[in-house]
Amino acid sequence: MVRLITHNLLACHVKGCTSNNFPLEFKDAKLELREAEYNSEFIRGFLPKIEWKALVDTARQLGDTSLPLEQPEMLDDEFLKNLHHVLLEIHIEEGSMICPNCKHDYPISNGIPNMLLAEHEIG
Amino acid sequence: MEPTPDLSHLTRRDYDRIYEPAEDTFLLLDALELDANALRAAKPQICLEIGSGSGCVSTFLGKILGSSVLYLCTDINFHACRCTFLTGVQNQVILDPINTSLDSAVQYRLMHGVDIILFNPPYVPTSSDEAEDAQEARTIEGSWAGGFNGMELTNVFLERVERLMSFQGKFYLVAVKQNDIEHIRRLMLHSHGLKSEIVLQRRAGREYLFVIRFTR
Repeated sequence: MVRLITHNLLACHVKGCTSNNFPLEFKDAKLELREAEYNSEFIRGFLPKIEWKALVDTARQLGDTSLPLEQPEMLDDEFLKNLHHVLLEIHIEEGSMICPNCKHDYPISNGIPNMLLAEHEIG
Repeated sequence: MEPTPDLSHLTRRDYDRIYEPAEDTFLLLDALELDANALRAAKPQICLEIGSGSGCVSTFLGKILGSSVLYLCTDINFHACRCTFLTGVQNQVILDPINTSLDSAVQYRLMHGVDIILFNPPYVPTSSDEAEDAQEARTIEGSWAGGFNGMELTNVFLERVERLMSFQGKFYLVAVKQNDIEHIRRLMLHSHGLKSEIVLQRRAGREYLFVIRFTR
């Protein structure tokens, strides 16, 4: 399962691909929604580690429009619950992730993202 | 006392393809258990296990720290990634596996962002060719074949680990005597400014095992 919290931490690592290599774009993504335990403290604590625009753009591509384009100053419960859902409950089970820069295709199968590179692609 | 994670869903056929938890695994569990209170008190947000194999260690850590932590687990072996995930499920811990070598694919975004790093590397001294072939083939052999001094893959990661560690980050490394524990500790202090302590050491058959904890 690739959750968006993990997706927000993955970047293309092909040799020489060092700019515009994040976020990876989902292609043919097959989603599953699975409930996760809500913990507002965790979500609040994690917020500074998130690349906000990447998260919102990705969620919208996947059809979830619950997050605002700008991170709000007031972290109310409704916002935190939406963020919890986007980060932890949307699972991508199949499909692939494409680097916006070099177009490298990282497949996802059985919920596992394959980030392996061939020998000549390793930096 | 946390019980050892339930691994009853894994079979002989899995252990033909992934490393079966053994004395080195259990020494790392014991080290984490010894540090449990300090680990909880530090309120970690991101843990990263390199080469998670069966998923036994991250699951155990998940039992200690609870659900408000992200447990990223990498392995070069796809089957190990599956087993890692399933061991989490079996023990009600959510683990996020990534099929990659070491910290590749997350190193860019996790710079100084990881609070707990775990690595039980392929530490058995072998020929360099054997170690390299095993990593390339992404098979079970890659879980133990360590090349010269058993340190070839470990050395690659030791060069990278400081960049991953958060301000309060802790890095746990399993090693054996032949890896030259004191050399590793001196190198990490002088080249990367990381202090270290031996949390546990134990003889297990022919191996003399250590768990070293590095901090800033």
